[in-house]
Amino acid sequence: MSLKIDEIKKMIQEAIPDAEINIQDTAGDENHYSATIKSKIFSGKSKIEQHKLVYKALKGKMGNELHALALNTLEL
Amino acid sequence: MNENIKEKISNYISNNEVCLFMKGTPEVPQCGFSLAVSNVLKHLEVKFTGVNVLEDLEIREGIKKYSDWPTIPQLYIKKEFIGGCDIIKEMFEKGELQTKLEEKNVSYKK
Repeated sequence: MSLKIDEIKKMIQEAIPDAEINIQDTAGDENHYSATIKSKIFSGKSKIEQHKLVYKALKGKMGNELHALALNTLEL
Repeated sequence: MNENIKEKISNYISNNEVCLFMKGTPEVPQCGFSLAVSNVLKHLEVKFTGVNVLEDLEIREGIKKYSDWPTIPQLYIKKEFIGGCDIIKEMFEKGELQTKLEEKNVSYKK
């Protein structure tokens, strides 16, 4: 089972409404993605906290249905 | 989480200055992300211990709860959780990982 780009985007967008999200399927296999996410909620937070916010948005799918999602979080 | 597993993980972290929970071993990583972090540490000539989570399913699942982090690899330096692959690569590129090692008094190649 895997997640499609639109599904990942939707989940992140729901949890982080102001997010500017850009996701790429790096291997073309719907299993290895790379995402750049910009949001105001990242400001003042450590990278660990920023990535945790994204993982939380994905509601436990990260590391399960979603095998690989390289993250680059940026403050807006 | 089971107390035994928690203690096992805690022991690894306490007994190894630089501890990398990874898929595979530092010699033969079994996943691209584990390979990437392992390579960064090797490049910096940091002495580290790799814990192969593929050999221990309890640790594989336990470490995710322990650090509240859903993916592997996970790097700990002197008991502090530093991050996963993306964070380590980014820190290395910005020189922040080197600063962290310096702060924690861990020797590496300058």
